[in-house]
Amino acid sequence: MSMNTQGRQTTPDAVSAREHQTVSGNRGLAQTEKLIFEIGTPRRSGVDFPKLKGVKSRLGSMARTDEIGLPGLSEPEAMRHYVRLSQKNYAIDMGVYPLGSCTMKHNPRLNEKMARLPGFADLHPLQPRGTVQGALELMDELSHWICTLTGMPVVAMSPKAGAHGELCGMMAIRAALDAKGAGHKRRVLVPESAHGTNPATAVLCGFSIDTIPANDAGRVDMEALRAKIGDDVAGIMLTNPNTCGLFENDIIEIAELIHGVGGYFYCDGANFNALVGRVRPGDLGIDAMHLNLHKTFSTPHGGGGPGSGPTVLSEALAPFAPVPYVEKQGDGWHLVENADDKSFGRMTAFHGQMGMFTRALSYMLSHGSDGLKQATEDAVLNANYVQASLSGEMSPAFGGICMHEALFSDEFLEGTGVETLDFAKAMIDEGYHPMTMYFPLVVKGAMLIEPTESESKAELDRFIDVMNALAKKAKSGDVAFFKAAPIYAPLRRLDETRAARKPVLRWREETTA
Amino acid sequence: MRYLPLNENDRAAMLDVVGVKSVDDLFVDVPEAARLDGLIDLPTHMTEAEVDARLTAMAGKNRAAGAGPFFMGGGAYRHHIPASVDHLIQRSEFLTAYTPYQPEISQGTLQVLFEFQTQVAMLTGMDVANASMYDGSTACGEAVLMACRVKRRKKCVLAPGLHPHYAAVTENLCQYLDISLDIHAPAPGKDVDVLNGLDKDIAAIVVQSPNVFGEIIDLEPYAVAAHAVGALLIAVFTEPVALGAIKSPGEMGADIVVGEGQSIGVGLNFGGPYVGLFACRQKLVRQMPGRVCGETVDAQGKRGYVLTLSTREQHIRREKATSNICTNSGLCTVAFSIHMTLLGEAGLRTLAAINHEKACMLADKLTAIDGVELVTDTFFNEFTLRLPKKASDVVGDMVAQNVIGGLHASRLMDGQDDLLIVCATETNSEADMDAFVSALKGALS
Repeated sequence: MSMNTQGRQTTPDAVSAREHQTVSGNRGLAQTEKLIFEIGTPRRSGVDFPKLKGVKSRLGSMARTDEIGLPGLSEPEAMRHYVRLSQKNYAIDMGVYPLGSCTMKHNPRLNEKMARLPGFADLHPLQPRGTVQGALELMDELSHWICTLTGMPVVAMSPKAGAHGELCGMMAIRAALDAKGAGHKRRVLVPESAHGTNPATAVLCGFSIDTIPANDAGRVDMEALRAKIGDDVAGIMLTNPNTCGLFENDIIEIAELIHGVGGYFYCDGANFNALVGRVRPGDLGIDAMHLNLHKTFSTPHGGGGPGSGPTVLSEALAPFAPVPYVEKQGDGWHLVENADDKSFGRMTAFHGQMGMFTRALSYMLSHGSDGLKQATEDAVLNANYVQASLSGEMSPAFGGICMHEALFSDEFLEGTGVETLDFAKAMIDEGYHPMTMYFPLVVKGAMLIEPTESESKAELDRFIDVMNALAKKAKSGDVAFFKAAPIYAPLRRLDETRAARKPVLRWREETTA
Repeated sequence: MRYLPLNENDRAAMLDVVGVKSVDDLFVDVPEAARLDGLIDLPTHMTEAEVDARLTAMAGKNRAAGAGPFFMGGGAYRHHIPASVDHLIQRSEFLTAYTPYQPEISQGTLQVLFEFQTQVAMLTGMDVANASMYDGSTACGEAVLMACRVKRRKKCVLAPGLHPHYAAVTENLCQYLDISLDIHAPAPGKDVDVLNGLDKDIAAIVVQSPNVFGEIIDLEPYAVAAHAVGALLIAVFTEPVALGAIKSPGEMGADIVVGEGQSIGVGLNFGGPYVGLFACRQKLVRQMPGRVCGETVDAQGKRGYVLTLSTREQHIRREKATSNICTNSGLCTVAFSIHMTLLGEAGLRTLAAINHEKACMLADKLTAIDGVELVTDTFFNEFTLRLPKKASDVVGDMVAQNVIGGLHASRLMDGQDDLLIVCATETNSEADMDAFVSALKGALS
C-alpha cells in the first residue's frame, strides 16, 4: 500500500476492487434517476414570470379547470435530472458507433453554431418575403450543391426525413403515371434487402409490392428481376449501395429495364455517403432519390431525429414536385407555395427542415468538393479495412470489396451457443455501441458495420482487436460471458417481451413501481 | 481537412491490408460510364472562420423575428425558451446518439421519451402519446389514416377552422388511398354546419381549436356528433401553450389529439425542425403510428425503458405497417420535455395566462383604430381582424416600418383578403404593441 505525505492512501487495496452494493443504488458517476413525476411537483417551476395585470378573460366558457398534473422542477434540479439521464446514453462523441446503414459520423459544432444564428433560427416561416431573403438564398444554395453532387436537375427540399423523402419520390412517380393515364401500373419491385420504409412507403401511394430476391453476391438477382418486368410495373425502389454495403453493379441495366416498360427508378439514397464526389446518381439512370442530410451530411441524429430528406427528381418527374419551393427571379428569391395542376401537393406545414439545411450547407462548404470526395474515400477505405481485418475471425457475408459498410453473417458463431445479439451486448461492455444487427434480412444473424470516415486508424485498430478477441472468446466456448452481457452498462438486458405484452406507455401514480 | 483523421501514411497502410493498390480499386463495382474523374464543379474546402463569416453574412440578410415588433402566429409561435434547454440538448449524449435501438446504453433518451409521452398525454387529456411525428401537419394526416384503419371507413370531414396547410398535407397523404375528404373552406366564426347530415360512413371529424383564426372551439358537440355516427373525433391544435388555459381535448371527448409542439422548447427555425404531438385513447394504441417507448425491467428487475409495440412499425411489418415513419423529431422531443419540466403546471398556466392577457390588451388597442373590427369572439393568444384595406398590402406597409404585424389570411387561403391574423405572446412588450398600433394606423391612413 502506498501513501502520500498526508498519510492518504494513493493506491487501492484488494478490498476496494471487489464489486459491492452501495446503500443508495448509485455507482459513483452512474446515478439512478427517478422520473420527473416522482421528483417534481405541479407547483414548482424553473421559469419566472412578470405579474399578471388581471385583464378580463376572453376564453368564454372554455377555461381549463381540471388539474393537469404536469410536474415542475427548479433550474438546478432540472439540470441534474437531464445531465444524469444524458450520462446513460452512448454517443458518437464517446466512441465508435458502427451502426450500419445509419452513418454515425462526427457532427461538427460549427454547424450547430450556424443553425443558431438568430437570422436563421429566429425566423418565422410565414414572414414576408423581403424579410427572409437570406434564408431563401441558403435553401437555393443548398439545392445547388445537392443537384450538382447528384447530377440531377431538381430537388424538393420539404421532406422532413428519409422516409418522408421516399414518400415524396414515390408520390411524384404516382403523379407522373396518373398524368400519362397509366392506371394499370401499380406494381413496385422492391429487393428483399430493402429498408422497411420502402415497402411501407410504396403502399401509401396505392402501389402493391413485389419482392425481388438477392443473388449469391448480395445484389439484385437479374434473372428474377427480368422475370418480374411487365407492363404493370410502376417502378423499382433500390438502395445503392445496397444494404449489404455493395454497389449494385447492374444498376444501369436495371434502370433500362424499368424505363423500357415505362416505369420509374426510385433510388433509396440512405447510403449516398459512399458515393459523394465519386459517382453521380444522375449518371445511373435514376428518376428520384432522397438524401438523408442526417446521415450523409452530418446533421446530428439527436437520439432519433430530426432528420431531413431532400429528394432529387429527374426531368420526367420534376413537374410533379411538391410545394413549396424556392425560385430565383429578377428581384430576388420567391417561395412558390400554391400547387399548380401538376404538383402532387404539400408534404408539410412549412418549407422543410431549415435548421438541418443550415447545418448541411455548413458541412458542405467546410469540406468543399475536394473534402467531400476525400470523406467518401475514407469512409469506403475504413469499411474495407475493418472487413479485411475481421475476416480472419468473423464471417464476411459476401467478401470482395465493399463500399462504406462491411457485412458479416453469424456463421463464425455456429455451434458456439453465442448469437448475434449476445455478441452485440458483449461489445457494450467493451465500450462500443454495437453494429446494426439482424439487418439486412438476406443474411443470417447479420452484423452490419459502418465505421464512417470519422474514425482514425488508431481507433479502428483498437476496435478490430476487441472484435477479433470477442470472436475468439465465443469460439472458445465462453458462452456465459456473452449471455450475461452487458454487465457494465447502466442496466442489464431489458425485457422487451414484457414491454410489448403489457404496454406501460406513460407514468401513472398507481401503475409505476 | 479538419474533420478527417486519416493521413496519407494511414491510407497507404490500410490499402495494403485491404490488398489493393489505390483507392480507385475500391470503386471497381461502379460501372465505368458512371465513374467521375477529378472534382465535381463546386468550391473547394473552407476554414471554419471562412464558413462562419459566409453564413453569418447570409443570416444577416434576414430580419430576425426578435429584431423588432413581431406579431405573427398561424401555426408557428415565438416564445422565450430558457437558456438551459438549448444547453442540455447540445450535450453530446443527447445530440450525437442514434435512435435508442440498444436500450442498455440509451436509457437517457428512452426515459426522456417516456416522460415526454406522459407530459403530452396529460396536456391533451389522452391516455397515451407516441414519441413524436415530424410536425403538427403530418401528425394530422397520420391521424386521419389511423381513424380510417380503426373504423375501416374511407371518409373524413375536415372542419373549416383547420389550418389550410394541415388540410393540404392531409389531402396529400390520402390522395392515393381512396380516402375521400370533405374539406370545408376556412372562414371565421363558430361554424357548426359541418355537423349537419353526417354520414355513417365517416371515420372521423377533424376539428382545430383554437382554430386557424384563433377562435376557441367547444369540441363537445363535435364529439357527440361524431360518436353518434360511430366516428372518431380528431382534435388538432397548433399552439400547445393554449392547453394551459383552455379545456383539454380529452375532457371534451376527443379520441385522437394531434398538434404542433414547436412553441415549447423548439423555436421558430423558419418552419423546421418542429415536433408533431400525437396522443390517443388507450384502446386505439395498436393502430397508432410512430415509435413509442414503454416501461419494463432489466435482468435484475430494475426499472428501465425500451422502444416497444414495434410490430406496428415499418422495420418489422414492412408494407403492413401503420406508417412509413422511421426517424421522428427525437431531439425536439427532448427540448419540449425539458422546457415543459422547467415550466411545470404552475409555470405553464402562468405562461398561458400572460399570453392571453397580452392578446386581450393588443386586441383592445388595435380595435380602437377606426375601421378595424375583431372577428373572433373568444380567443387565446391569436385573433383575427377585419381591415378596411387589403391585408397583404397592410402587412407590406408595416414591414417598411419594421413591424411584422401579423399574417394576412390570404397567405393561407382564398377569398379572405381583408382578414389579418394577429398573435401576441409573452415576448411582446407594451412598447411593441404601441409600435404595432402606430404602424397599422399609418398603413390604413
